[in-house]
Amino acid sequence: MVRASAISVRFDGVTAVDDATIQVPEGETLAVLGPSGCGKSTLLRVIAGLQRAESGTVELDGRDVRDVPAHRRGVGLMFQDDVLFPHRDVAGNVAFGLRMANRPRPEIERRVEELLDLVGLSGFQRRAVTSLSGGERERVALARALAPEPRVLLLDEPLGSLDRPLHDRLLAELEELFTRIRITVVAVTHDVTDAFALGHQVAVMRAGRVVQAATPDRLWAQPADAWVARFLGHANVEEREGGAVVTRPEAVRLTVAKEGGATVVSAERRGPLVRLRARLDGGGELEAVTTAIDHPAAGDRVSVEIDPSGVVTVPTGVGTAGD
Amino acid sequence: MDADRAALARRAGLVAAGVIPAAFVALFFAFPFAAILGRGLGEDGRLSLPFDVWLSSETLRLLWFTTWQAAVSTVLTLAAGLPLAWAVGRHAFPGRSLVRALVLVPFVLPTVVVATAFLALLPDSLERGLPAILAAHVFFNVAIVTLVVGGAWEGLGRGPWETAATLGAGPWRRLREVTLPLLAPALSAAAALTFLFCFTSFGVVLILGGPGRSTLETEIYLQAARAFDLRTAAALSLLQLAMVALALVAIGRLEASRGGRPAPATREGLRRPAGRERAAVAAVLAVSGTALALPLALLVARSLATGTTAWRRLFEETPALLVTPWHAIANSVLFAAVAAALSVTVGGLAAAVLARLRPGALDVLVLLPLGASAVMLGFGFLIAFDEPPLDFRSSWWLVPVAQSLVAAPFVVRIVAPALRSIDPRLREAAAVLGASPGRAWREIELPLAARAVGVAAGFAFAIALGEFGATVFVARAEWPTLPVTIFRFLGRPGAENQSIAGALAVCLAALTVLAALALDRAAPRSRGPL
Repeated sequence: MVRASAISVRFDGVTAVDDATIQVPEGETLAVLGPSGCGKSTLLRVIAGLQRAESGTVELDGRDVRDVPAHRRGVGLMFQDDVLFPHRDVAGNVAFGLRMANRPRPEIERRVEELLDLVGLSGFQRRAVTSLSGGERERVALARALAPEPRVLLLDEPLGSLDRPLHDRLLAELEELFTRIRITVVAVTHDVTDAFALGHQVAVMRAGRVVQAATPDRLWAQPADAWVARFLGHANVEEREGGAVVTRPEAVRLTVAKEGGATVVSAERRGPLVRLRARLDGGGELEAVTTAIDHPAAGDRVSVEIDPSGVVTVPTGVGTAGD
Repeated sequence: MDADRAALARRAGLVAAGVIPAAFVALFFAFPFAAILGRGLGEDGRLSLPFDVWLSSETLRLLWFTTWQAAVSTVLTLAAGLPLAWAVGRHAFPGRSLVRALVLVPFVLPTVVVATAFLALLPDSLERGLPAILAAHVFFNVAIVTLVVGGAWEGLGRGPWETAATLGAGPWRRLREVTLPLLAPALSAAAALTFLFCFTSFGVVLILGGPGRSTLETEIYLQAARAFDLRTAAALSLLQLAMVALALVAIGRLEASRGGRPAPATREGLRRPAGRERAAVAAVLAVSGTALALPLALLVARSLATGTTAWRRLFEETPALLVTPWHAIANSVLFAAVAAALSVTVGGLAAAVLARLRPGALDVLVLLPLGASAVMLGFGFLIAFDEPPLDFRSSWWLVPVAQSLVAAPFVVRIVAPALRSIDPRLREAAAVLGASPGRAWREIELPLAARAVGVAAGFAFAIALGEFGATVFVARAEWPTLPVTIFRFLGRPGAENQSIAGALAVCLAALTVLAALALDRAAPRSRGPL
């Protein structure tokens, strides 16, 4: 179990993390999601022991580790871009943590082999890390972090530097792996898709504060405020007196009708889903998604139906998704 | 150990690492320097500025000659080096990296070797004097211009040049409006370095200048070691220090405006020369190659002028020395090895501390010994360590200590950037995997910097081997080094003594080049200490 409570960090008077609290139950994954500069990586470094917090406590398995230096915390960390030791081969990188823990040599060799099997790099022991592809490097970094059996695995934008197809494949592998080995994970990312894919829970951070923590479904259905809604990708956020109305696109149904009150502006397919945008005659736009093959096309006149269970009113909140 | 204590321990480690070089520099640099200050600025404990020395017509003449010979040497070096920089920086041709390596040979050669070679080269009527000094300075520093300017030229790529061409600029316009402005920072940096080296040149001027051709640097030596006028020597040292400090500040400014190092060279900028360009490149390489090889060839010839006699004499007793010349070779290797070990220890620790601090501030401090000049260091040793409890003048180890101080700034300049370039997250990755700060240092930083440390050691060895300015003050007659011995033989009449000097210079050159080669082998992709 990991709990970081009321963490605050300031750099030269600028607040990077502001009274942030996160909690991850044993064996689960928490995704910390936020725009760049929101303090999520700093929070991760505090948990790892690489960054001192001005205030707040970090607990691993119920033990306060605030005063334990990084090298005695027993956490695993994967950096944004792998950060492999360039002067050691693959086995040397994976074995590093085991050597620091003074494990006997036969055990180290066995464990390295085991880990390389786990990440799909069997037999790569003697390869120079400089000869590996981006995806292979990420896998070695993962094996290196997992080898000493850390109490918690911390991921800092783990797949940030990979191209899209590779990114998606490794993401699926990570998901599957974490469930299989039942490890507690905190993954920091700016990507909503990654956060939703990895996290049992997702904590959304803005300007150093955790503004909402919930399951992906809860987050999507009930964003804490208009900013969170927009950051998660909600397009139908209408600010009114007393709050913002968020309409989930899947609750909007557009049907081709000559006398309808809207015109389709665009229709764009992404995999199984088609995203439709319609301009309302009374002003404003509405987004809808459908799985239909036979969907309205751009220029069609449509009627608009909204399922009331897909509409929530949330606080207006502060700032915009861009900050 | 809690996180606070860990941070404290890191800081304590940093301080501990800093104490050793600081103490070394304090005792063997600051203290002798203070001794010079005391001699120069005081009399019987009272402050009395030596204006009589500083303002004498003698000194003004010295200052004038020092400055203009350095200026003329710089201009000539630029003129000789730019064609080579053009050939190497713009063109791909077979043996290009070999040419770059060979150009560096004169630069790493000890001054005494170069001076001896030019004595062998010039006709008797021109043997000593201004032309010899200027020629030797050009020979020495052509490498700076070739490598600094050539490197920058290569880094430019052909992009700006081709863009200008498509915009309608002809070859001369392109040269004037694109290439030269872009090369200006490298040109001025190379010129400034060359000027500094020529301004503080010692061995070349002492040996080739002959009577009446003295610069500040040689005059300090002559006043201290020949005329025993320590006050004048000290006053001139202070003048020299002020001039060099001025030059260093100017170079610092230039480096700052250069915005760090030039971009890593790409091969895109290079192309195989064709037609007239090809002939031009070939001509430049042939002329430069001959000019650079000739003095060395004649040096070998001079060593054989009396048949193999000179070489046999290396193993025989001689009235010129207390020991056989062969011992000087052994001494030099031994001293250079000790000096390399010392300067790598001291300079390496200093670099480790500097790498953790913000760049800039302390770098200048470490480079000061470089600017203070070897002669001043030797002179400082002479007057600082001559009475109890610091009477070290009879100790052999004073020589390697002095040599290590001359070499240490170069070690720092090689090792500190290597340490700085290590991604700090590697240390963090090691920490998270359970490595304590000390362990992380041993496992990560040390192995990653090992190559640079090796290069620095080789360089320090080569510098110590050829060190003359400081060594000539502190070398004991029963422990002479090669450069000192060569100088002694050159000062004696007769063809045989000149031949022995030539033979010893060949040995010294061979040893230096071997050290440089070993270093080049160990570090195929290292950048020079410039």
